[in-house]
Amino acid sequence: MSDARATVTDPILEVRGLQRHFGGVVAVDIDHLSISRDSMTALIGPNGAGKTTLFNLLTGFDRPNQGSWSFDGVDLHRRTAHAVARTGMVRTFQLTKALARLSVLDNVLLGAGHARGERFFEALAGGWRASERDRIERAEALLEDVRLADKRDDDAATLSGGQRKLLELARALMAEPKLLMLDEPMAGVNPALAEFLVDRLVALRGRGITIVFVEHELDVVMATADHVVCMAEGSVISTGSPAQVLRDPAVAEAYLGIRQTARMKTRGDAADLAAQHSEEPG
Amino acid sequence: MNAQTILIDGLRGAVGVSAVSFALAAIGLNLQFGYTGLMNFGQVGFLLAGAYGTAIAVEHGVPFPLAVLIGILSAVVLGLALGLPTLRLRGDFLAILTISAAEILRLVFRAEQLEGFTGGVRGKAGFADPFFSWNPLPRGRFGIGDLAFDERALWVLIVGWLLVILSTLAVRRLVRSPWGRVLKAIRADEAAPASVGKNVFLYKVQSLLVGGVIGALGGILIAVDAQYTNPDYWLSALTFYAYVALILGGVATTWGPVIGAMLFWFLTQALDTALRQAIEAGYLGGAVDTTDTGPIRFAVVGLALILLMAFRPQGLLGDPDDVVVIDQ
Repeated sequence: MSDARATVTDPILEVRGLQRHFGGVVAVDIDHLSISRDSMTALIGPNGAGKTTLFNLLTGFDRPNQGSWSFDGVDLHRRTAHAVARTGMVRTFQLTKALARLSVLDNVLLGAGHARGERFFEALAGGWRASERDRIERAEALLEDVRLADKRDDDAATLSGGQRKLLELARALMAEPKLLMLDEPMAGVNPALAEFLVDRLVALRGRGITIVFVEHELDVVMATADHVVCMAEGSVISTGSPAQVLRDPAVAEAYLGIRQTARMKTRGDAADLAAQHSEEPG
Repeated sequence: MNAQTILIDGLRGAVGVSAVSFALAAIGLNLQFGYTGLMNFGQVGFLLAGAYGTAIAVEHGVPFPLAVLIGILSAVVLGLALGLPTLRLRGDFLAILTISAAEILRLVFRAEQLEGFTGGVRGKAGFADPFFSWNPLPRGRFGIGDLAFDERALWVLIVGWLLVILSTLAVRRLVRSPWGRVLKAIRADEAAPASVGKNVFLYKVQSLLVGGVIGALGGILIAVDAQYTNPDYWLSALTFYAYVALILGGVATTWGPVIGAMLFWFLTQALDTALRQAIEAGYLGGAVDTTDTGPIRFAVVGLALILLMAFRPQGLLGDPDDVVVIDQ
């Protein structure tokens, strides 16, 4: 098991002693976890490992029983979800929130921070249209980016599952995040669109956005992530480069149970996969 | 039976003070329920707060315009009392609290122990003299043929319909703004606006207050028109009649609540007259007498609503796509 502190430099997110239990069940129990600035970190782990609960805790959608975490030097403990988002940590959801009865464009515009006309008296007084034009331009550029420009005026409810993932990504980017937390951005997306989505994510790294994403496809993890965090039963069991983590016996064990034969087999698979990708950067 | 009388009575209902008051209540509900998804089942409580706030303030020597402001502030206080504890919770908490609060408010206002302040079951009377003293209309009857109002009724209606138009335009302006975009996002799924930094709780409180204040205007108007208010007028049924009006006209449409309220009162008044005429002419064979027309007309309106839900669930002005169950 590699030490998180050894591989992470200049952390943008640091978690200490975070615990969440539901009744007697421990959902999350993390001693320490850091995420490097400008990294692309994949959060992996079997179903029920606590990945989504961790996302909910960090982004203020759930409250921990104890623990603290800081984002970009700001203590986020006990902040509500919208306050967390305003610090620059923006998340998406495993079950996408494409907002029905709002146009695709409005779905993206919603992401704009401190938009003039969003306060009640500004809305009543008017005078927000000039700044709205700038926001519309930015939103249209983002829709262009995720290939939804021609859906601009459609009801978001008419989009396919994959398109909704892209729409949600565009909305999150509209908020100009420093850290993007993506919960299974590729789940339910058809392979062609998934490949496109991966390209979009890789392109984002160049723009100074740190990304943490939950992903089950190890191929995608190998191809895109430069850091991997593996969780099992609420705890972080391994962190490091993709190759390091996938070679970690604890990871194979977590995924396939404790049977020796099964473990040996997957360890081989994971090592093969790591070898395949070792020459590719990131 | 006389079709013309039925039509005239229906039209009188459609433009009358009840229609104005219900239109205002429904415009408020449209902002809360139609655009924000808040289930306020206690709208009548806001009407009561407006009516009593105004009446009691006048009685304590407050000048009439200021008393109306106090009526509005009473609705704001009620909105805060209902909204602050519940709007962080799931939607059904608001629904339960609002329906019970409206009923509790009515019972408190009729309580004997508070008679000195509220007037108890006798209510309050004669608090709107200044309003009628400002009436610029000369004495007489105004209107077309049998559809005419005296100067007093017309003065109330002019002010009332101005309030309806202004409230409708204000709500339209609000829901088409970025502020309104956040409300619609909350209606769809409040986690999404929260995830991009919108203070969902604040927006819900604002929506509840603004909708409640518009409803309070309806309450003030109906009390001013009668120069009288008593607790047992403000029954929970009124909230649901306002919902009926909103659904008839079209939820989340600009003019739906207004058209719906007019249609609701057209139907009830026309039916009332038609039933009376049918009874007097003996068509109903003595099975019902004139005291039954009240309940029967509401039963017929209820039936009309059921048919509307079956054949045109979006209401008269609504978009059919809005009521289709969306596969998320």
